[in-house]
Amino acid sequence: MVADGILLKVKGLTKKFPGVVALDGVDIEARAGEIHGICGENGAGKSTLIKMLTGAHTPDSGTIEFDGVTYTSLDPRRAMGVGIGCIYQELNLIPHLTVAENIFLGREMYLAESLNILDRGQMNAKAAELLADLGLAVSPTARLGTLGVGHQQMIEICRAVWSNAKLIIMDEPTSSLSEKEAHDLFRVMAQMKARGVAILFISHRLDEVRDNCDTVTVMRDGRSIESFAMKERSVADIIQLMVGRSIQNKYPKEPAPQGDVILSVRNLNRKGVLRDISFDLRAGEVLGFAGLVGAGRTETARAITGADPYDSGSIEVSGKPVKIRQPLDSINAGIAFLTENRKEQGLILIQSVAFNATIVKMHKYGKAGWLSLGRIKETARKVCAEMRLKTSGMDMLVGKLSGGNQQKVVIAKWLLSNAKIFIFDEPTRGIDVGAKVEVYKLINQLVANGAGVIIICSEMEEVMGMADRILVMHEGEITGEMTQQDATQEKIMYAASGFKQAS
Amino acid sequence: MSNDVLTNNGKLPAEKAVGKSAAMTEKLYQLGVLLSLLLLCAVMTALSPRFLTMDNLMNVASQAAVSAIVSIGMFLAILTAGIDLSVGSVLALSAMMMGIASDRWGLGPYASILVCLGSGALLGLVNGLLLTKLRLPHPFISTLGMQKMARGIALFVTAAAPISMFPDEIQYLGNNSIGQVPVSFILVAILYVGMYFFLTRTSTGRYIYAVGGNKEAARLSGIKVNSILNLVYTISGLTAALAGLVLAGRVNAVYPLAGLDYETDAIAAVIIGGASFFGGVGSIANTIIGVLLIAVLRNGLNLLNVDSAFQTFAIGAVIVVAVAVDVLRQNVMKSGR
Repeated sequence: MVADGILLKVKGLTKKFPGVVALDGVDIEARAGEIHGICGENGAGKSTLIKMLTGAHTPDSGTIEFDGVTYTSLDPRRAMGVGIGCIYQELNLIPHLTVAENIFLGREMYLAESLNILDRGQMNAKAAELLADLGLAVSPTARLGTLGVGHQQMIEICRAVWSNAKLIIMDEPTSSLSEKEAHDLFRVMAQMKARGVAILFISHRLDEVRDNCDTVTVMRDGRSIESFAMKERSVADIIQLMVGRSIQNKYPKEPAPQGDVILSVRNLNRKGVLRDISFDLRAGEVLGFAGLVGAGRTETARAITGADPYDSGSIEVSGKPVKIRQPLDSINAGIAFLTENRKEQGLILIQSVAFNATIVKMHKYGKAGWLSLGRIKETARKVCAEMRLKTSGMDMLVGKLSGGNQQKVVIAKWLLSNAKIFIFDEPTRGIDVGAKVEVYKLINQLVANGAGVIIICSEMEEVMGMADRILVMHEGEITGEMTQQDATQEKIMYAASGFKQAS
Repeated sequence: MSNDVLTNNGKLPAEKAVGKSAAMTEKLYQLGVLLSLLLLCAVMTALSPRFLTMDNLMNVASQAAVSAIVSIGMFLAILTAGIDLSVGSVLALSAMMMGIASDRWGLGPYASILVCLGSGALLGLVNGLLLTKLRLPHPFISTLGMQKMARGIALFVTAAAPISMFPDEIQYLGNNSIGQVPVSFILVAILYVGMYFFLTRTSTGRYIYAVGGNKEAARLSGIKVNSILNLVYTISGLTAALAGLVLAGRVNAVYPLAGLDYETDAIAAVIIGGASFFGGVGSIANTIIGVLLIAVLRNGLNLLNVDSAFQTFAIGAVIVVAVAVDVLRQNVMKSGR
């Protein structure tokens, strides 16, 4: 152990992915016997940092000093070997095996190792000891699958303890726990701490961070912003550091004059998925769909755009009823659907920028059935230049572009389809901060030119920052509607949790 | 409102040339295949004085013709990330139907040819519908079933007997030459050039690439994916039948076991030609190089009196190597991202 009790010292850790700097000179120090909270928004670099520490990724530069030894990179085996354990959001256990078998998985005790004969008795006894130490009333011979999620997580901790982990990383450990289970977890964490184990605790629940952490490091945009003792600061300070700048700058919203209703959806139903979805969208309007994952927002978009069928309901575009049975029908009606998964559903990665940009109704770039390749390239070149797409040329494969530039190709494709209604599902997912602002500006330009835009966002800030009006969904129903001025995170959360608006 | 939505007249800023490596890999591969063909020709020339004679080359050309035509359909199927294992059987059944039309029903030569091509197209369409309507999990299954069913019918219709002695019109494509050039060779040239333009210069052709590259993205872009797939398998059946017509002309007979194992050579040719089993990648121009490579290999081994058992082994080995190279190329393309 190092003299001043510092167990982990991360210095200048940097990791770049094509088009995105995921980590940018991160410094963190964690002492033995402390719970160290790491806070930051989605995309701040927390999970990338964890992946460096567990050896899943290799840093581009920077060092990781652990237990007095300095590493420039770790691999999973070595990380485990030196005493870094990690408990992931998704449990990595095998439900059909017993508790003891899971604890010793990969590090079994043998009666005769050369003959591969396990010492079940000793393993069960040792497991019972570990469980008792952590105050868990669980039988070592119980099938893991019969335990609750909280207890399963404790078994993961037992695994880490058994492997003599000096540092345990916990990534959103309470996200799927009940209050009581979370309480048990914190008790066990306190015990680990008392034994001199360091814990990196990553959580979105800032009250948990406040109540359980000794030290906190706030990350933002891939950087470590500040580390401090928790008792000296408040939750409000953490939020301030996490957000870093005011929402106004992050979301360059420019309201556009609103025109007539261009999309009108009435009583859209799909059994078990959507119930009586009705709303209007005006030209010049950005309509936001908020709600939790699985609330039916993407499903609404897929029904309107013919990606999925719907059972009943009517859709009118610019006052004219349209029957949408397949994507082509909605495209012909002037609706563009920019899917959440660009790579899986939006783009053909092994094809060129020009091909992807002109794929919708490609036949219009030709005469008498023959395509003009020159016209295709020229059209693509023009629209890409307008959007400041960074590419070495129109022949470049789309799969080689960064997330932000890929999203621009998707937008280019739908611009060229002459759409009037743009439905963006998670428009900025997987895009770095600078490119996000460019996408927002493109949305501004769309509405300024009389298009109607629907954005489906899981980040509440984003929908509040960019939408003129917000619809909130819960379990396939619209449970709330509010203007940008009226919207607050509390109101949205309330509606997203299924409480219909009083007004 | 498309182009005037956004205002900027800037030139395209170049983002690093990361795209280059993949394009280079493709070009290098194509060059490699072409060089392999030339190298193989050079080796054969050195080993056998008979190889580089007009007679032999024209022989290779007419032997390659049947395989080349079958490979067109196979190429399209593989381009959509599918496969057509039924081409050999469809070839046989279509040719048998032509024999029956001409010999038993007494139809004229042109009507008989239409029966042949119609049978092939129909069988191909069934392959397509099995995939798109019945939603069988992969064309591997549906076309494997069709392979056995079509072969079974071909054997059944004449109780396994061949039919021979055709009118000149039916023999024309397979048996005649213009000067020293076999008509079948000219047919292949026309088909490949036509297919090249179809694939690169029509929206339907481009959509075949789109469907192969990403089915869901293609569907959401308004492409009628199922129609494209039906078309592809119909063309594959049609080209197999056309190959059957050429083969019938060349040997002046149709027989139920014609075209046995032809799918193997076609798959090998397409994969050697650089098409990817993952779909969406490949060029018909390279497919013909793959066809020629295999034809020269077979011809050379024949000239050198190599055991046919070894020929079979060699084709198998070539397929394995070509697919391994395909996987390698895909990894290179992914890692460059």
